[in-house]
Amino acid sequence: MSKIKKVDKPVLSKNLDEFFTGMAKAFAFVKRFFKEVWFPPYEFKEVLRQCYEIGYRSLPLISLTGFIIGIVFTNQSRPSLAEFGATSWLPSLISIAVVRALGPLVTALIASGKVGSSIGAEIGSMNVTEQIDAMEVSAINPFKYLVITRTLAATFMIPVLVMYTDFVALMGSYASVNANELVSLSTFFVQVFEAVSFLDIFSSVIKSLVFGFTIGIVGCYKGYNSSRGTEGVGQAANAAVVMSMFLIFVEELLIMQIVNAIRYA
Amino acid sequence: MLNEQEKVVEIRGLIKSFGENHVLRNVDLDLYKGENLVVLGKSGSGKSVLIKIMVGLLKQDEGSVKIFGIDTLKLNLKELNKLRLRIGFSFQASALYDSMTVRENLEFPLVRNVKNLTRKEIDFKVEELLEAVALPNTINQMPSELSGGQKKRIGIARTLILNPEIMLYDEPTAGLDPVTCIEINNLINEVRERYKTSSIVITHDLTCAKQTGDRMAVLIKGQFKAVGTFEKVFEEATDKQVKSFYDYNFIR
Ligand SMILES: Nc1ncnc2c1ncn2[C@@H]1O[C@H](COP(=O)(O)OP(=O)(O)O)[C@@H](O)[C@H]1O
Ligand SMILES: [Mg+2]
Repeated sequence: MSKIKKVDKPVLSKNLDEFFTGMAKAFAFVKRFFKEVWFPPYEFKEVLRQCYEIGYRSLPLISLTGFIIGIVFTNQSRPSLAEFGATSWLPSLISIAVVRALGPLVTALIASGKVGSSIGAEIGSMNVTEQIDAMEVSAINPFKYLVITRTLAATFMIPVLVMYTDFVALMGSYASVNANELVSLSTFFVQVFEAVSFLDIFSSVIKSLVFGFTIGIVGCYKGYNSSRGTEGVGQAANAAVVMSMFLIFVEELLIMQIVNAIRYA
Repeated sequence: MLNEQEKVVEIRGLIKSFGENHVLRNVDLDLYKGENLVVLGKSGSGKSVLIKIMVGLLKQDEGSVKIFGIDTLKLNLKELNKLRLRIGFSFQASALYDSMTVRENLEFPLVRNVKNLTRKEIDFKVEELLEAVALPNTINQMPSELSGGQKKRIGIARTLILNPEIMLYDEPTAGLDPVTCIEINNLINEVRERYKTSSIVITHDLTCAKQTGDRMAVLIKGQFKAVGTFEKVFEEATDKQVKSFYDYNFIR
């Protein structure tokens, strides 16, 4: 078994080779999604089941994190605003921060941990135990049944979860503002809706769709291409989280630049 | 019983390597209509690779596979899928869908390949096959609740639901206790009688081979070294490797 491998290429060029073939493979995977998503069979039932799974898996953690972020962010911002006697701006400040950045980012990061890893592990284990092959030999397209359904579900569900996180975070913030500045709920939300523009909400939805798609497709890609053997499953789950988190930050940066260009144009 | 005239599978000059790993070096094999052909070989000798090439899960480097006279390399995906429906593949680890119940496992290939079935027809078919593998009361169980032997049976039932003409069994008795092995061997023989299938049974277990096989084919170093009846292949074996395979199995 211990056959010494001939190193026929310098290590750097070999790594570069692997990097680019990896990129090409990932690109082909995404391309296949967009090619096949339009045509039947549409697995509506499976999409719905996945939507439920995604919501169910993330909701507890997102509720907790969202609420705490609302409280913490409000409490941390208060002293700076207090210096200018501007604590009445807290609701506006927090709502902009939550809707524009924190809500989508926190939700997406949590979902890549919960949802991305479980998609990667599930499909990875189906790959290892030949369930994907079993579909293929019974003339069922496993890409349709597994990849497209999960990616669509993640793409639809992340925006819903983001809105929920936004709401919960604002409630957390309200709890703090109400306790310290004695602002009523209606006053708080009037300020929130004055501060948040249509562009904010629109770009938040677009961003969430992109994040959701990323989490779904990366989880599926890593699972689908996991190496055979039990350790392949763990690696797939882990790689799915790392890769989707990285991509989410890159996308956040890019989308922010574009939206700001539109906002201040 | 054995119709020597009609070949359902004809493999010629099959070669398959994974990098430096030359798995199949020049494989010729025929499967006749109605027979059970046992493919024997050490683990890692390429038995699974061979049948995976037959159903298009892997692609050969060279050589041809003709199934029902159709060259599999000349098919597009749609035609290949049509051919796949005529072949049942029983996986080594059963490959049951572990998020589905037994019933859903059986329905899954059926409803996706046979259109416009009524609920009643589907239930009837599922129950018939569970009856055939003698596990009717597992219908609402999850795969994780089944024993290894039960999983094998359900896996076989799932492939039979599409009425395949050829059955490929990948190590049907691997990892099972001797009693269950015999039950599975009997099931393989029953399937042949009842569904008139032609089968390739892959194994490294000579008891299984003797019980289920009309003919044996021994895969050694990527080629078939001996093909024929059990007696001819083993009891009159001259090839050292074939002989040692036989001795090893019975000494154990
Ligand atoms: N998809 C694959 N990629 C690379 N190597 C493979 C692949 N499938 C099988 N092999 C290699 O081919 C050889 C034969 O495998 P296999 O057909 O599974 O053996 P067995 O006779 O035990 O079924 C093994 O050395 C295995 O590592
Ligand atoms: Mg094998």
